[in-house]
Amino acid sequence: MTDKGFNPRDWSVHPAQEHPSYRSTLLRAQRRPPVPLKHSLSEVTAPVFGTDSVSALDSDLTRNAVRNGEPLGERIVVSGRVLDESARPMRCTLVEVWQANAAGRYAHSSDGHDAPLDPNFLGAGRTLTDSEGRYRFTTIRPGAYPWRNHSNAWRPAHIHFSVFGEAFVQRLVTQMYFPGDPLLPLDPIFNSVRDSAARQRLVSRFSLDLTKPEWALGFEFDIVLRGPLQTPAEG
Amino acid sequence: MPGQTPSQTVGPFFSHAMTPDHPSFRRVAANRLAAPTAPGLPIRIEGRVTDGAGDPVPDAMLEVWQAGPAGAYPDGSRPFRGFGRASTDKAGRYWFETVKPGSTAPGAAPHISLVVFARGMLNHTFTRLYFPDEVAANEGDELLASIGEDRRGTLIAALLAGGRKCTYQFDIRLRGEGETVFLDA
Repeated sequence: MTDKGFNPRDWSVHPAQEHPSYRSTLLRAQRRPPVPLKHSLSEVTAPVFGTDSVSALDSDLTRNAVRNGEPLGERIVVSGRVLDESARPMRCTLVEVWQANAAGRYAHSSDGHDAPLDPNFLGAGRTLTDSEGRYRFTTIRPGAYPWRNHSNAWRPAHIHFSVFGEAFVQRLVTQMYFPGDPLLPLDPIFNSVRDSAARQRLVSRFSLDLTKPEWALGFEFDIVLRGPLQTPAEG
Repeated sequence: MPGQTPSQTVGPFFSHAMTPDHPSFRRVAANRLAAPTAPGLPIRIEGRVTDGAGDPVPDAMLEVWQAGPAGAYPDGSRPFRGFGRASTDKAGRYWFETVKPGSTAPGAAPHISLVVFARGMLNHTFTRLYFPDEVAANEGDELLASIGEDRRGTLIAALLAGGRKCTYQFDIRLRGEGETVFLDA
């Protein structure tokens, strides 16, 4: 927590709210510029989630919803650190994830994609970061799936991430992608991030260190939240 | 200095994870922010989220963060958590049950911070709910004063019912005529 407030959202990094090639933005993006708000207690505090919010199994999506067997698909480990812009670890912060199953289908009643549901996979997980800001999930590599944004539109495989940080203004929801996915250059949502270096930060990195022998490939994905305002050095 | 991670939309398929109704994967936060034993005036907030065509947004996620009745932000202990999360229904409706917040500082009228996420929104947006029965405090509020009178009303809830069933209505218009004031927080 800081009494000086936080750096603004970096609009050279985040997408423009209206992005015509992502059609749904045309009715849902704001027309008016947001009104500046000086940070007060409401912005620099954040909800605290304790161990009572998260159980040990919540971070293992291959086990947290099993009914009669293991979920199908390729097991993976996804891990990384949650930091702020000054590279300070965000400790004990809530990280939530959700995703499609290996066939590209969400366990969501509105998902009408003609691909099988997996009775043993919910596709939802959460965990608290450790003292170094690190989180770790075991899951199934999600499949690509079609959406009706344009003709023959397919979303690249991705995992949704939701992160809190230590201040309400650090809140972030984003998506993690996989390296080498041929759908990435075609995806309006991924490409709504105009800066290519920033866009690449959404792509996880294959990691042999995270890979568990005889078990699962590992992918690394760090998340950087807004940092506290720095007081400029005098003189 | 590492750069910020870009935002991406919450998409349409989050509720099974973020507002779940599952026997082995329970919610971390829900529509009720306060246990019945929590001190303060119990209130209900309800409203509708609509898009630029005036149609309901049936797949929005709303989060609220607020101080308790004495104006202090909670530290995670029960019975008052100060944080809630809801998804809208088919008609774009949402609700929260909580206690009325107190003023957090001189020059700050009681308010609830809201964040809106939805498919078609590449970034979440921040806004604030103020109370219609806090006229004097609202007049002295720094943020409200910075907003033109024509749009200020979008941040002030309507009182639907008073007394023990104190209910406020707070509709959120994402775009177009009557667009809610969103904040560069």
